[in-house]
Amino acid sequence: MPRDHYLNASYGIRSWLLTTDHKRIALLYLISVTFFFFIGGIFATMIRIHLLTPAGALVTPETYNKLFTMHGVAMIFFFLIPSIPAVLGNFLIPPMIGAKDLAFPKINLLSWYIYIIGGCFVLYSFSTGGLDTGWTFYTPLSSIYSNSAVTPAVLGIFINGFSSILTGLNFIVTIHTMRAPGMTWFRLPLFAWAHYATSLVMILGTPVVAITLLLAGLERMFHLGFFNPAMGGDPILFQHLFWFYSHPAVYIMILPSMGVVSEIIPTFARKPIFGYHFIAASSIAIAVIGFLVWAHHMFVTGESTYAALAFSFLSYLVAIPSAVKVFNWTASLYKGSISWDAPMLYALGFIGLFTIGGLTGLFLACLGLDIHIHDTYFVIAHFHYIMVGGAVMGYVGGLHYWWPKITGKLYPEALSRFAAIVLFIGFNLTFFPQFILGYLGMPRRYHSYPPEFQVLNVLSTAGASVLALGYLLPMAYLTWSMRYGKVAGPNPWPATGLEWKTDSPPPAENFHVTPVVDWEPYDYRNRPDLGLVAGASLTPAHGDD
Amino acid sequence: MAEHSEHSEHIVSPKVYIVIFLALIVGTTLTVWAAFRNFGPFNIVIALGIATTKATLVVLYFMHARYSPKRTQLVIVCAVFWLAIMLGLTLSDYQTRRPSMSRLVPPAALCRG
Repeated sequence: MPRDHYLNASYGIRSWLLTTDHKRIALLYLISVTFFFFIGGIFATMIRIHLLTPAGALVTPETYNKLFTMHGVAMIFFFLIPSIPAVLGNFLIPPMIGAKDLAFPKINLLSWYIYIIGGCFVLYSFSTGGLDTGWTFYTPLSSIYSNSAVTPAVLGIFINGFSSILTGLNFIVTIHTMRAPGMTWFRLPLFAWAHYATSLVMILGTPVVAITLLLAGLERMFHLGFFNPAMGGDPILFQHLFWFYSHPAVYIMILPSMGVVSEIIPTFARKPIFGYHFIAASSIAIAVIGFLVWAHHMFVTGESTYAALAFSFLSYLVAIPSAVKVFNWTASLYKGSISWDAPMLYALGFIGLFTIGGLTGLFLACLGLDIHIHDTYFVIAHFHYIMVGGAVMGYVGGLHYWWPKITGKLYPEALSRFAAIVLFIGFNLTFFPQFILGYLGMPRRYHSYPPEFQVLNVLSTAGASVLALGYLLPMAYLTWSMRYGKVAGPNPWPATGLEWKTDSPPPAENFHVTPVVDWEPYDYRNRPDLGLVAGASLTPAHGDD
Repeated sequence: MAEHSEHSEHIVSPKVYIVIFLALIVGTTLTVWAAFRNFGPFNIVIALGIATTKATLVVLYFMHARYSPKRTQLVIVCAVFWLAIMLGLTLSDYQTRRPSMSRLVPPAALCRG
């Protein structure tokens, strides 16, 4: 372990709560998003237990409405959206590009405080009557009819939006202005490209959902008529504005995860990534096209057939850059010297699960088929394959990959591989039955179901318990490793990224001397400084060697 | 290599600020005046036209977009383009709905159906 690093640069609670070090802020976010993951996870567990029996085993129908709503709000706005950008992006973008910190360190800390304030509003809503509108807050239910604590929740999400905007702004300015000498745009790690694209979506989309939810809140508080037909408003307008952000928000969740996978695959295949430029450009393409597809959530609302046709076509288009990534990752594996370490298992899991999630998205973009499966468990399965199978697998994989950099310690490798496999099996057992349930006609958001659906629901609940174990295991051994893990050294895998050139954990300023980049990205065949030369096969360092 | 812009802050004479301020006051007066007249379908066009002109003046002069580097101007143009996507694609729904669904059949009848 290095003698001086960011963790021992200063001590005391003040040194953490008033820090402007991006690495410490990333750890503050890590703790906060894990807290919200637990909250959302508890609601999910209760939902799955309730659905063990056709009549519902646990809660009243009203409480059930609140459970799935609060699960969605906690997971989407307070876990999935900030998870990779605010934790891994915050920690890694400066060292990856050779910078000492983000461009606006104080704004970075401010964004965490805004997140916490927004989170407090939402927790207040959860604990004073709960929330039963669905995470989508559709009007007029949210603006007129709901008797739950909608107002503090929309205020909390409105406030939290600023956190997202500030993080995105920080990343864009940092990547533009703070690259080390020699770090050209096409030497940037693909993780940084993915975060650049994500930041564009955060900046351009978040203000729209923030103001839309605020309008719904104002309508509720002051009986205004933005979305109320009786007062000249239009409820469908709410859906247009809501999905203008909330569909691209899916790309806020998945793009950073794709960035993680683009880092892991070449490291553990010991090969340069295939099609670097295409993967970088496809991130931008996903961010741009992702803004043109939102009304595919509204095919059955009575939206114009002509508009629906256009949105259906545009939704199919977004599959192209997504497929470009999947094909390039697969090609990167071809003839690679693959080692099956935990991060690689998560990355491979990501590719498979994201592909299933993406392809079933095409089912939903199809105008005719969507009428059959709209608002069924097919949709639930589809977006959980993207958000949990994709985004969360990437997040957990990224945590494993960079854990030695973050903490300077190695985790037990055999246990981590076991956990990755448990998570993969648990995930599929939970969500694959839901595709079938949805196709057979089980609607989402219902507290009861016909008895013939029970077998598949029990399977899904059983899978959820396995999945929970898959999450608890890494939480346990990663925490354990902070104290008892073997010392990692600066570059345990070894990997070619600039962040691996500095100590683990890095010093407060990331580098002792500003690095100069004179190598191409992912050049695993030509880095004798790392012991990486053509034909050589290296075994990564393991915590349980 | 990262770029470091070293452009100096543009000095705007108070005269320009006063003229723009007066133009904004005229715009506000026009908005209030137009609100009390009925121009039929042009009501919203006039109100949004005045508001957009005022917002453009604020961005160009008060926010110094006119004197900003080209990259800042590009960012502003992109943001406006994004707004145009949002409004344009949303209107693509509203402007092409079937009359039978949106206008001829009263909402109550749809509910009963």
